Amino acid sequence: MILTELTISQAHQGLKKKEFSATELCRAYFNNIESTNKEIFAFLALREDRALSEAKKADDLIACAQDFPILTGIPIAVKDNILVEGTKCTAASKMLENYVAPYDATVVKKLKKQGAVILGKTNLDEFAMGSSTENSWFGPTRNPNDLTRVPGGSSGGSAASVAGKMALAALGSDTGGSIRLPASFCGVVGLKPTYGAVSRFGLMAFASSLDQIGPITKTVEDAKIVFEVIKGKDKMDSTSVESQFPINNFQFSIKDLRIGVPKEYFVKGIDPEVEKIIGAAIKKYGEVGAEIIEVSLPHTEYALPAYYIINPSEASANLARYDGIRYGYSEVQNPKSKIQNLLDVYMETRGKGFGAEVRRRIMLGTYALSSGYYEAYYKRAQKVRTKVIEDFNNAFKKVDLIFTPTSPVLPFKIGEKIDDPLAMYLVDVYTVSINLAGLPALSVPCSGAGKLPVGLQIIGKPFEENKIFEAGKICEY
Amino acid sequence: MITKEEVQHIAALARLSITKKEEGKFRQDLSAILDYVEKLKKVDVSETKETSRSISIKNIMRADEVSKFEKKLIDGHLKVKSILR
Repeated sequence: MILTELTISQAHQGLKKKEFSATELCRAYFNNIESTNKEIFAFLALREDRALSEAKKADDLIACAQDFPILTGIPIAVKDNILVEGTKCTAASKMLENYVAPYDATVVKKLKKQGAVILGKTNLDEFAMGSSTENSWFGPTRNPNDLTRVPGGSSGGSAASVAGKMALAALGSDTGGSIRLPASFCGVVGLKPTYGAVSRFGLMAFASSLDQIGPITKTVEDAKIVFEVIKGKDKMDSTSVESQFPINNFQFSIKDLRIGVPKEYFVKGIDPEVEKIIGAAIKKYGEVGAEIIEVSLPHTEYALPAYYIINPSEASANLARYDGIRYGYSEVQNPKSKIQNLLDVYMETRGKGFGAEVRRRIMLGTYALSSGYYEAYYKRAQKVRTKVIEDFNNAFKKVDLIFTPTSPVLPFKIGEKIDDPLAMYLVDVYTVSINLAGLPALSVPCSGAGKLPVGLQIIGKPFEENKIFEAGKICEY
Repeated sequence: MITKEEVQHIAALARLSITKKEEGKFRQDLSAILDYVEKLKKVDVSETKETSRSISIKNIMRADEVSKFEKKLIDGHLKVKSILR
C-alpha cells in the first residue's frame, strides 16, 4: 500500500483498522516533500517537528478511542496567507518575510480540533494577487503535470502540493478563482464555498467582499469532508453565516437535475481543446439522465472589468495597514535608508516591500477610488455587479446548477504572461463572476484530458454546496 | 493614456514610492487596464443599485475583548511595542 495514494476516507479507515499509524502517514508525506518540493516548490515553510508531534497526538487518540474525527491524523497543507499560530505567515511577500502568526485562523483551529496534522505553508502569488503563482517573492511554483508550466494561482502551492502527493489535502483562498484555477491546472478538486459559508478570521484580507477559504483535494468526497469541518458561523467573522442546507442525506437524483450551460462562456477566446473536453463532460451528464439546458448570462463580458475595479479598490484599502509601523518589513530598520520623516517611512516601506503586481493593484484601486473617478469606476462597477447577480438569479430559476469550463486555456508556460498584466487577468474570465455573485463553485478534473488537465466548473445556488458535490462526483467516474 | 503626473499623483495618494523607470511601466499597464474597463460604460445601469457584498447582513456585533495580552497588563493598561523613538 502506498500511503500517499489514499483519499481521506481511505486513510481514515486505514488508521481505524490500525493498518498504519498517523506518524507513518505523516512521514510518508514528508518523504515525498523531501524528494519533490525542490523542483515543484509548493511549500514555503515546513513544520516537520510540530507536524510529527501532532501525528503522535493523533496516534495516542486513535490507540484508545473506538471512534475519532475523520480528519484525525490527516496531513494537510495550508496556504501561506492563512495564520497558523507560531508559524511564519508571509503572504509570499517581502513585506511579511519574517512575520510569525500570533494566533490560529478559525479554519486552522477547526482542523486542529479534529486532530489534523498541519504539514506546512504553501506558496502563492504575493497577497493572493495573480493567476499563476509567479508573483511570489520567493519564486514560482511549478505544475506537477509539466514542470515548464504554471500551476495556476493564486493558491498554486496548495494545488501543487496535493497534485504532487506532498499533502493529502490543502486549504486555499479564492477571491476571483484562486482555488478553482490552480485546481483545474493541476488536475485536482477545488471548492470556492458560498460567500459567508466559511469564516475568514485569520485569513489576510485582500478583497473582503469576495474572499473565501476553501479546500483543495484529490476527490470531490474529500472536498466535502474538509468543507464540512471548516464551514459555519464564527463570531470572529461578522460576514459568516450558518447554512440551512444539509450536506448529507438530502434528496439528490441525477434524473431531476437541470444543468444550465451559459452560451456566453463558449465564445471567442476559449481553447478548442478545452471546449471539446468540457463539451464531452457535459454530454456525459445528459447521458446519465440530467437535463441540459442552454442559459444566458448576458453580462458575462462585463464581469471581468467590473471585478478588476472592485478587487483592486478593496485591496488598496486593505493593504493600507502595511505601513512600516504595524507589520513586517520597515524602512526604519534599513541602515542605508534615506528616510527623513514619517511619510518617507510609508512611501519607502511600501515601495520596497510590495512586488510589481501588488503595487499595480494598489495604484489601480487608489485611482478608481480617488476623487473625480469614484463614480465613473468604482460605483459603476458595483452597479454592474448587481447586473451580474441578476443574471445568475434569472438563470437559476430554470436550472439547479450551471456548468462551465474553469479556465478558457490550458496551463500556460512559466513566463508566458508575466509581463502582460491584462493577459494574465483574462485567465480569470470564467471564475470572477462567481465571486462577484458570492456563489459556491467547484472545479473538478475531466476525464479525457491529455497530459494537461482540464477542470469543469460546477456553479450552484448560495449554500447549495451539497448539490455541487453530488453532481461533481459523477464527473469522476 | 494616463499622464506621468497622474501616475505620480496616484502613487502619492497610495503612499508608494516609485522610481522614474517604473513610472513609464505604470503608465503603460494602468492605461491598458483602464482602456479595458471602459467597456463598463456600455452597460445601462441608470436604474440599477450598487452591490457592495453578495449577502445581506447588517450590524453583526460581538463583545470586544482582549484575550491574548492579559499578562502584560500594567495598571490596567496594555503594554505594546513602542512605535516612536
